[in-house]
Amino acid sequence: MNVAVAVYDAKQDAFAPASEAGPAPKRVVVGFGFWVFLLSDIVMFSALFAAYAVLVHATAGGPAGNQLFNQASVAIETACLLISSYTCGLMSLAVSARRRADTYMFALITFVLGAAFVYIEVHEFADMIARGATPQRSAFLSAFFTVVGCHGLHVTAGLIWLAVMMSQVAIRGFRPAVDRRLLCFALFWHALDIIWIWLFTAVYLMGVHP
Amino acid sequence: MTDAPYDLAPGDVSIFGRAGRMAASGVGIYTIGLVLALILTATSFWVANTSLLWAHGVPMGLVVLAIAQMGVHLVFFLHITTAPDNTNNVLALAFGVLIVFLVVVGSLWIMTDLNTNMMPSAEPMNLMQR
Repeated sequence: MNVAVAVYDAKQDAFAPASEAGPAPKRVVVGFGFWVFLLSDIVMFSALFAAYAVLVHATAGGPAGNQLFNQASVAIETACLLISSYTCGLMSLAVSARRRADTYMFALITFVLGAAFVYIEVHEFADMIARGATPQRSAFLSAFFTVVGCHGLHVTAGLIWLAVMMSQVAIRGFRPAVDRRLLCFALFWHALDIIWIWLFTAVYLMGVHP
Repeated sequence: MTDAPYDLAPGDVSIFGRAGRMAASGVGIYTIGLVLALILTATSFWVANTSLLWAHGVPMGLVVLAIAQMGVHLVFFLHITTAPDNTNNVLALAFGVLIVFLVVVGSLWIMTDLNTNMMPSAEPMNLMQR
């Protein structure tokens, strides 16, 4: 009789409304907290985007976007980041299935594609600076280097984070804390790709169009 | 009964609709997302370079394509849904989008307005002083 009551209670518990379910699991709390951080990061980027949009024509007689931007390298950067976002998703699946070899492989692909993105971007910046288009040249270039450079710094930080996470998987294994950090990393990496969508649209493609 | 006991962590797959076949369909979901994102990105680059379209409509078209691609990323990569276990995630996202919209559109609106109402710049002033 007692057993029957216990089973009945458990069923009730599974369908209890959110207000009666008790504290949420730590994975949900951590994931949601990181989601709020990411949204605040996106709000910061929106301020940089607004500054860029306001200053885009303030070239002070210097070079404008359509003289500086190389669409081919932007397309390669976009492909790198998009495919790395995909392999990052596959890495999340490998983590939840506890497949260690797949996790390392997809993390490596993600890392290489992200590093290729950063390499191309640094190369592009160096090329622009060599042609005299430095951040000091005009308000347009200050805003450009700030918004694109800030995204590049985020990607670099993500690469360091990914390397640290892989060493944690190797040393500590798939324990809950490592699992939660991997969830946060995946969220971070996908969010960076969303910011890049707006970068290549608002900065590069609209900049090429006069 | 559609009331979920907890909200879901963002990035986790919702239990509604695809319970039990998560791992099997997971790769499929990411692949659909990748294909859609690639199509939208390629369309963006084509729209920016073609002369077939009315030039003044191109920026608006690019914005629409970017919003669509953002939606693809949110649904297929971040697994944000409208299921009851995603309420908190969607509400936080909606608030974030509201603030982003206010910052960008507000800045552009105010600065354009200030530019239009600007005092005549240095050149005409000099002419007037002569």
